[in-house]
Amino acid sequence: MTAYEKVMAARDAKKLTAVDYIAHMFGDSFIELHGDRRFSDDRAIVAGLCMLYDTPLTVIGIEKGRNTKERMERNFGQAQPEGYRKALRLMKQAEKFHRPVLCLVDTSGAYPGIGAEERGQGQAIAENLMEMMTLKTPILTILIGEGGSGGALALAVSDEVWMMENSVYSVISPEGCASILWKDSSKAPQAAEALKMTAQDLFDLGVVERIIRQPKAEDSAMFESLKLLISRTLEKNLSKPVDALTEQRYARFRKIGTAHLD
Amino acid sequence: MDFFAFVKPKNELETVPDSQQNVPFVPEEMWMKCPKCNTLLLTTDMEENLNVCTKCGHHFRMSAKQRIHLMADCDSFAEHDSELRSSNILDFPGYDKKLEKARQKANESVICGECLIGGVKAVLCVMEAGFMMGSMGTVTGEKITRAFEYATENRLPVVVCTVSGGARMQEGILSLMQMAKTSGAVKRHSDAGLLYITVLTDPTTGGVTASFAMEGDIILAEPNTLVAFAGPRVIEQTMRQKLPKDFQTSEFVLQKGFIDAVVSRDKLKATVIKLLKMHGYKEAAQ
Ligand SMILES: [Zn+2]
Repeated sequence: MTAYEKVMAARDAKKLTAVDYIAHMFGDSFIELHGDRRFSDDRAIVAGLCMLYDTPLTVIGIEKGRNTKERMERNFGQAQPEGYRKALRLMKQAEKFHRPVLCLVDTSGAYPGIGAEERGQGQAIAENLMEMMTLKTPILTILIGEGGSGGALALAVSDEVWMMENSVYSVISPEGCASILWKDSSKAPQAAEALKMTAQDLFDLGVVERIIRQPKAEDSAMFESLKLLISRTLEKNLSKPVDALTEQRYARFRKIGTAHLD
Repeated sequence: MDFFAFVKPKNELETVPDSQQNVPFVPEEMWMKCPKCNTLLLTTDMEENLNVCTKCGHHFRMSAKQRIHLMADCDSFAEHDSELRSSNILDFPGYDKKLEKARQKANESVICGECLIGGVKAVLCVMEAGFMMGSMGTVTGEKITRAFEYATENRLPVVVCTVSGGARMQEGILSLMQMAKTSGAVKRHSDAGLLYITVLTDPTTGGVTASFAMEGDIILAEPNTLVAFAGPRVIEQTMRQKLPKDFQTSEFVLQKGFIDAVVSRDKLKATVIKLLKMHGYKEAAQ
């Protein structure tokens, strides 16, 4: 597949969304928790507690919705400040109980709206970046579809970041990039190549640790092995002293893209 | 320090030969028109007035060097990491040329270093609008990160003057990663109990807003500064409606509760000095 075909696959409306991942891996154990305790409950973020085998887990996902009605309800997976604040509230709760956190990212970006700006979209994202860097519990992020800019990063300052084979992660959409740089959004396929936004590109750049192969029909076997992988990684990180864990998290981001400097 | 090669340009009008003094025509570059009140202003008057319109108080953009001149005590600024230069890491088409062009105006998107501010030792980072609109490249993030790490190690306060059009698209995901990296460095500085003051200048948008610009213990902004995550054009496109007149100005975000104060340029340094001293930072021994 070309980079732009990957973008299309990541946006495919028939693709599984965060609630599907949660249902497949955690089933009935999931209890949804709502609200940021400040303004409202942003339905673009689905979050709660579940059992990862016999370990309690905080799971936070950006949810695009699976049909028109759900997509409207979920604001097409574009979170507002209250969504990021809900996520942070639940991460802090996880820290308190030393419970690991799993984030599932699937968004074209944070919502660019009047209300979102009025309520501090930039501040909400910035606070997540800061707080996640030193959160005293293991965090793992998996990009399951689109990883759109700051709105995706706000749930991806983690010990490890993984990408599903057909997901993408970028600072800007290829259409946006092509229209700003070349005044021609039809050049999006070239922009997608140039931006290096596929899982393989990001793995090569050292931005993600793992690519999860996606069979044509995402089946229970894929979810079973993914769940096992998540469990092993979080268990390993749970056993580390928290200071070592946060030190390692900082070092992870500290070294990205610095090889060519000096 | 070659950095202080920056000197206010001389009042060139004084050097106009006598024979031409009564000619009403003055070369165009000596005048500028205030975009707010349309007054024609002599550039020399403007410079003396800190690049603020003498009629209506409109704050013009300043270069990083001019701003360092404004904030740092005379000759006290020592630049750090001046050798770091943006490069085309992803082989992005056209980026080499853009960098070349940008370098005709300025070396980099941010200047970082240490200086005295009212005699108080501090780390000062000033972003440069002249270099690709202060967009956040790998070097931008690296310099800011190193500045915070240096400040943490040496227990110094940090003052960052922001100006940014947002992400550096040509550096793709590496541009995005700078938001995480700088935020981590700010957090460690903060956890060490040290003061960070942000000064937002026009425009502060995108990834810079959604990282270190909004992470100061105290956030100041110049009047009528655009402060946004998504810029007004993006929002207009999504909402398909005109935005309220003062939307996303510093006065607007002050009223919404996201900054501490709007401070005019002539009071900026004095305000920062006061704040530094209130946090126990003392004047360095001469
Ligand atoms: Zn004016």
